[in-house]
Amino acid sequence: MDYDKALELFEPTLGFEVHVELNTQTKMFSDAPNPAASGAEHGEPNTMITPVDLGLPGSLPVVNEEAIKYSISLGLALGCQIAPSSRFARKNYFYPDLAKNYQISQFDEPIAFEGSVDIELESGRTITIPIERAHMEEDAGKLTHVGGATGRIQGAEYSLVDYNRAGVPLVEIVTHMITGAEADAPEVGKAYVSAIRDIVRSLGISEARMERGNLRCDANISLSPRGSGKLGTRTETKNVNSMRSVERAVRYEIQRQAAILQKGGTITQETRHWHEDTGVTSAGRPKSDADDYRYFPEPDLLPVEPSLELIEELRAALPEPPAERRKRLKAAWGFTDLEFRDVNNAGLFSEIEATVEAGTTPAQARKWWTGEIARLANLQGADASSLISPADVAALVALMNDGVLNDSLARQVLEGVVAGEGSPADVVESRGLKLVSDDGPLIAAIDEALAAQPDVLAKIRDGKVQAAGAVIGAVMKAMKGQADAARVRELVLERASAE
Amino acid sequence: MADLNDLTRLSASELATKLSSGEVSSVEATQAHLDRIAAVDDKVHAFLHVSADALANAKRIDERRAAGESLGELAGVPVAVKDVLCTIDMPTTAGSKILEGWVPPYDATPVAKLRAAGLIPLGKTNMDEFAMGSSTEHSAYGPTHNPWDLDRIPGGSGGGSAAAVSAFEAPLALGSDTGGSIRQPASVTGSVGVKPTYGGVSRYGAIALASSLDQVGPVSRTVLDSALLHDVIGGWDPRDSTSLNEQWPSFAAAARAGAAAESLKGLRVGVIKQLDSPGFQAGVSQRFHEALQLLTDFGAEIVEVDAPHFEYAVEAYYLILPAEASSNLAKFDSVRFGLRVTPEGGGTVEDVMAATREAGFGDEVKRRIILGTYALSAGYYDAYYGSAQKVRTLIQRDFAAAFEKADVLVSPSAPTTAFKLGEKLEDPMAMYLNDVTTIPANLAGIPGMGLPMGLAPEDGLPTGFQIMAPARGDARLYEVGATLERLLEQQWGHTLPSQAPSLG
Repeated sequence: MDYDKALELFEPTLGFEVHVELNTQTKMFSDAPNPAASGAEHGEPNTMITPVDLGLPGSLPVVNEEAIKYSISLGLALGCQIAPSSRFARKNYFYPDLAKNYQISQFDEPIAFEGSVDIELESGRTITIPIERAHMEEDAGKLTHVGGATGRIQGAEYSLVDYNRAGVPLVEIVTHMITGAEADAPEVGKAYVSAIRDIVRSLGISEARMERGNLRCDANISLSPRGSGKLGTRTETKNVNSMRSVERAVRYEIQRQAAILQKGGTITQETRHWHEDTGVTSAGRPKSDADDYRYFPEPDLLPVEPSLELIEELRAALPEPPAERRKRLKAAWGFTDLEFRDVNNAGLFSEIEATVEAGTTPAQARKWWTGEIARLANLQGADASSLISPADVAALVALMNDGVLNDSLARQVLEGVVAGEGSPADVVESRGLKLVSDDGPLIAAIDEALAAQPDVLAKIRDGKVQAAGAVIGAVMKAMKGQADAARVRELVLERASAE
Repeated sequence: MADLNDLTRLSASELATKLSSGEVSSVEATQAHLDRIAAVDDKVHAFLHVSADALANAKRIDERRAAGESLGELAGVPVAVKDVLCTIDMPTTAGSKILEGWVPPYDATPVAKLRAAGLIPLGKTNMDEFAMGSSTEHSAYGPTHNPWDLDRIPGGSGGGSAAAVSAFEAPLALGSDTGGSIRQPASVTGSVGVKPTYGGVSRYGAIALASSLDQVGPVSRTVLDSALLHDVIGGWDPRDSTSLNEQWPSFAAAARAGAAAESLKGLRVGVIKQLDSPGFQAGVSQRFHEALQLLTDFGAEIVEVDAPHFEYAVEAYYLILPAEASSNLAKFDSVRFGLRVTPEGGGTVEDVMAATREAGFGDEVKRRIILGTYALSAGYYDAYYGSAQKVRTLIQRDFAAAFEKADVLVSPSAPTTAFKLGEKLEDPMAMYLNDVTTIPANLAGIPGMGLPMGLAPEDGLPTGFQIMAPARGDARLYEVGATLERLLEQQWGHTLPSQAPSLG
């Protein structure tokens, strides 16, 4: 059904479950290296495991204290209360990627509960997303289905299990029901996930790369007929792995459900899978509230009881909330909305902030980071921030301000810095890219160019000043670009009238 | 009469003295026990696996001793290990077909500590499958026979360890006790066994039955030997979150002090009304009351204590245990280790898991998995698992109140002497009730010791005396236990285990 029509008839209710892989050095319950750690590579299958990750008989879990701290920080950043005592529980179900055939999670006693996150939509509308809980758990391994045409389990001959991911620390953030999003619902989904990503990045607790599965979103969507006041049956669309997909999946589900409901059909409560390529969701397994995981308190672990001192220490260490930071920077930099959004989308706040601190104007910093540096980053398939430090960008700008470099020379210097040839000053020196500041060689070059183009000289003398361009070009070429074009122009006019 | 020079007749402590003085080598001691195993174990069937490395390990200890290295007190002494504990050099099956032939890639912490202290693992002892049972008849590898009467059960689940010790196949053994699996076998085989305070010994590498109840402990023929072994295996382990991080006193010192005690004056011995039942076997009750009299004669004050909630203990236990076990045993699914059974014509992974579990688990294991799954199910959780946890709290309070009035609590270790093999196999409830005396200590996490208190007049079979102390009060068990052991032996004129049939 047409989206506008769907919204006219139905009111969407949303709910999100976002799984965040923490980037601790080791796993949640074992001392195996964490493939989601900063800089970690996902090793050969089944190389990042211990008896605990394989659930070998006799092995026991031990809680990673760093993961507890990360979870508390995240809970605090989400405005949650931190439970003085929370417990792990076993969620029992058989699946070959789950080594013990139970997942250690938290059930009725999560570490953090009742918070909220403010998100801002492009329209400027602000929505408060109520957070129900954030709880800790372990990730499962990964199945590869072999032999089928699609790589899915249907039609596969056999499946391979890689337990490297088993035991990666996760925090699952669960929202309360979100009502009132209305036509903005898809954008709310995207903005919410984006806000969570910004928060975990600012805390430094996750690599937060959706394409790598560091951040995974399940979207719950239901529709109720306008004015009915009755909640509809929800579907849960699993593992939507980019922010754009969250937006598309929410939109798709609203349209799909509206079409069914309008024809008098009913929505099946089920898990649905998002297909990135075709932009549709398809039915997974039916899910009911009676799914029985036989939760019970994990007897192998003690309750988690962080001291008040630790909680306050972590609270004091929280970085500025990303939303507030955004507001502050926007006011301080004075960019247009469009410019600011570009910077935001490119994730360059920190770089620009640091560059400004190192002495440039916000406009200069923005120009370099979203311009030439972004272009080079794009060419190399790398992050802009990995190419050059803010201090070097500021040094480059300072060299321009001091008249040592012009724009085109500065680009060459940048290339040198990116190529690892040292600081901007080093590159200026080693590549000999300095502007010629002495008038002597310039005058010689100008006289030569004027002599070679007597017609131009005549035009200038006739007052047709724009004709000087041709001479300036010739001089810049002769100087291999290492001249200040404005000074050349001054001198050309001076020399032409001097005869 | 046994040969007095037979090294297998020595207690671990006596053997350790001879080893350290150089009178005997570890190779000789180990060989003597291997010979004994070869001679009698086809009758007893205490062992599922005998170590091929025992003599080589013994030789290494002898060499280290010869080189003047300072070794632990029990260095060179052989020890049997219950098959529930992971051993890197021997198969570990927990008495189940589903783990047949599985060799773990690591040692359980108590086993690693044995090795570090220079003890010589002799082999792995038989047990009820996954420690579910009170007779060792539920072992997938056939039952163990009681050395006192080969037609009778050796208790369970640790019947193998108890029988190995009482048949002089090993001076020491490791057991595990979830509801009495160390103390009840000790009782019916005339040996000593201790369930330490929950958290006193690491559970890392002990294949879990019920995580909140399981505890690894020593089995031996004397109180001092159990204390010496407990000193070796106990202590904090960062790999077990439930292990207690604290300094434990020397249990051997406590046992020695108890054996030397001149009086028990000032000791308040609490007799738990509910565990001094007229329903117990007459000879068991008789020996129990005689032992109480002995303690009184020696200065102890006997007080009766009431534990009103103990009557629910067995029921609560048989909800908590199956619930935890149903989850703990889910990992046995053929995917990563152990038996794999593929149904005819192949099948999905789910089919393979089901076929494997169908073929690999025995009836008692299946019974408890089904019970536990049910007890944890939505809609039943509160009524079953939830209620059982409440009973557990009430039992802990009963103990707390009892320990206000008494320094130690006592009871028979088991309500009867060893019953006949097969006698209770078809009646699970009767089998479960055999643990009525031992279960409360597990539910409360407190330590308990079983030691011999004489032979029942009616059948000439061993009976056991149980002593319980408050959590962390394990040393008190050894002290009081060693005193009682000395008093009884003075009265008898011999040790109880020495009276066991020679089997030769």
